[in-house]
Amino acid sequence: MNYDFDWSSIPGALPFLWDGMKISLEITVTAVIFGIVWGTLLAMLRLSPVKPLAWFAAGYVNLFRSIPLVMVLLWFFLIVPQLLRSFFNLDPNTDVRLTSAMIGFALFESAYYSEIIRAGIQSVPKGQVAAASALGMSYSQAMRLVVLPQAFRNMVPLLLTQAIVLFQDTSLVYMSALADFFGAAYKVGDRDGRLVELLLFAGAVYFVLCFTLSQVVRRLQKRMATV
Amino acid sequence: MSYQWNWSIFSSPVPTGETTYLGWMLSGLQTTVTLSLCAWVMALALGSLMGVLRTVPNKWLSGLAAAYVEVFRNIPLLVQLFIWYFVLPELLPFGLGDAFKQQLNPLTQQFLSAMVCLGFFTSARVCEQVRAGINSLPRGQKNAGLALGFTLPQTYRHVLLPMAFRLVVPPLTSEFLNIFKNSAVCSTIGLLELAAQGRQLVDYTAQPYESFIAVTLLYVLINVVVMSLMRVVETKTRVPGYMGSK
Amino acid sequence: MSCTRKPALIALAMAALFTQSVFAQESPTLKKIKDSGTIALGHRESSIPFSYYDDKQQVVGYSQELMLKVVDAVKAELKLPALAVKLTPVTSQNRIPLVQNGTVDIECGSTTNNAERGRQVAFSNTIFIIGTRLMTKKESGIKDFPDLAGKNVVTTAGTTSERLIRKMNEDKKLAMNIISAKDHGESFLTLETGRAVAFMMDDALLYGELAKAKRPADWAVVGTPQSFEAYGCMMRKDDPGFKKVVDTALAKAMTSGEAEAIYKKWFTQPIPPKGLNLNFPISDAMLKLYKAPNDKAFE
Repeated sequence: MNYDFDWSSIPGALPFLWDGMKISLEITVTAVIFGIVWGTLLAMLRLSPVKPLAWFAAGYVNLFRSIPLVMVLLWFFLIVPQLLRSFFNLDPNTDVRLTSAMIGFALFESAYYSEIIRAGIQSVPKGQVAAASALGMSYSQAMRLVVLPQAFRNMVPLLLTQAIVLFQDTSLVYMSALADFFGAAYKVGDRDGRLVELLLFAGAVYFVLCFTLSQVVRRLQKRMATV
Repeated sequence: MSYQWNWSIFSSPVPTGETTYLGWMLSGLQTTVTLSLCAWVMALALGSLMGVLRTVPNKWLSGLAAAYVEVFRNIPLLVQLFIWYFVLPELLPFGLGDAFKQQLNPLTQQFLSAMVCLGFFTSARVCEQVRAGINSLPRGQKNAGLALGFTLPQTYRHVLLPMAFRLVVPPLTSEFLNIFKNSAVCSTIGLLELAAQGRQLVDYTAQPYESFIAVTLLYVLINVVVMSLMRVVETKTRVPGYMGSK
Repeated sequence: MSCTRKPALIALAMAALFTQSVFAQESPTLKKIKDSGTIALGHRESSIPFSYYDDKQQVVGYSQELMLKVVDAVKAELKLPALAVKLTPVTSQNRIPLVQNGTVDIECGSTTNNAERGRQVAFSNTIFIIGTRLMTKKESGIKDFPDLAGKNVVTTAGTTSERLIRKMNEDKKLAMNIISAKDHGESFLTLETGRAVAFMMDDALLYGELAKAKRPADWAVVGTPQSFEAYGCMMRKDDPGFKKVVDTALAKAMTSGEAEAIYKKWFTQPIPPKGLNLNFPISDAMLKLYKAPNDKAFE
């Protein structure tokens, strides 16, 4: 090993890295919440008996699942600022880069969430819907009161796992010069000529966080399975 | 705003003159496809091996395979890629890193780093699918194999794996699609795949929207082709009597 | 199936792109700045010493200081002393779209004024003139471009250097392996880790990379310049009113000697982040530019 390590640029950069981590988390949380809500709607549309609605949902999901996230983010970074401004009459100088990253992630991830949720809904026995309608419930009531609560219970571990994947994917926003955690680490490393150290540091931080979370998910999965 | 659309840009020659911008796009497409296929072969081989190890009775072997999966699943692909390309050659002992950096053609270095990175990253996911496939088989199958006098490796080889592989074809299809999309990340180390050629076109011609539209459509095309192919494979390998068989 | 929504998306995008062309006649940019009370500046993150973050994450550099001169001129022009300044980092990939779509009003960094870009954006008076040269390890024995035959050479993707070296490789059959790295930082890392023996780039940026090097004394900038290029600030096209304010401000800074003082500060004195002196003496071309400011591209 002929590389002489120098970790001295990390302690001074911690506040900057923490700011980056906050951006990564902000994007993750927004995209998870929005993704689950919109994903649930998409899944219900896709299973709905009204054909055009089902087609729309299927087209949406397939489109987003066939384009690399990098390209989606690039598009949203260029287009969303325009749309937001023209629709909401925003001050043209508002910084919408973070917002457009959030929207890009949310719309992209909702395609993946909708597939998880669709599988979850389909895992509920059909007889339950029949029973609900026999009790006089409408389709939406049956969904809301009978099917979805059970479906979500089965899906929680998968949804959380997808959230961990999403958190890792936020590192891609560094390509649009937004200083998320990875972007911040890369910038510090580039500035000080210590990219090797900063990349290893970033890798270690991601690993510790994601590994811990995935262990929590696993435990949760076991507990829910026994109930 | 004042954007000058110019779709004929694709038929104009590139500055070095040997091809057109369309030629660049197509060579990027070729690199994306070659890279993804090579990485997929690697992921399938490694992932199957690790998937089997995760289900064997030996604690050490299954623990090793579990650790393998955790490492490659819990670090973002982008970070892994930078580590393979920039960090690892600095850490290799006995001048191996220097040999890699100085003897090999730099384009080969980029391709190999990208392939190894995508291969390992995807293999962890393949491993989990294969494990799920093996675990979903009725326990009796393994016991029956052993009772027939097969050794454990023989039981895997002749009883469990042929079945498990047919069961995991649908989930593997989506991993296969993912590898093409994930390969777009490899433009960050300078590999001239599809997304990178698109970026290069922007740099050279200052026509960003034409380039982004073309690149996006080509990815959709890859997706459609792969999906149709896999549909054929799925029909051929479907196990009668299981969910999903019609 | 998955293609069906594509046209809709494009239509939406285009609708958005054209909504901005309804602004007033004289200077849409000045009007936008006035209405919003804010000027949006685009800057680079690691184009040392032109436009980059120092160790306190503040944007600094030669181009940045000149851009702030422009901001002062805009304040005076609009009689808005309290004009707010908003900074947006841009990359070489997104800088043109971001100028066009109004996210930034002006970008001063290290952007070469050339004909292709001239079709999409307007360029101000030239702020810097560079020559494209090589950085190598002092002990490598490489003195000029012919010494590169059969070697690995790195350059940054999307730059004029990339085109020049590829063309040279074809024309002179030098059999070089050319690596196109994503940004200058990656290019320099490629050089520093021994993957390439030389890094071809704009000489001023090469000196700038020295400021990050672990051992700056190991490296030298060598070789006959292969081209000269003019850096300018980018603005939206067809806005002569705004361009005039920008050009006048830059010309005033240059003829009054302010620009030369800024040059000395960034190229001949210690600069952040490590307090290195780039020792890049002012060229005759730059002195000539300061005497007679103009917005001509070199091509």
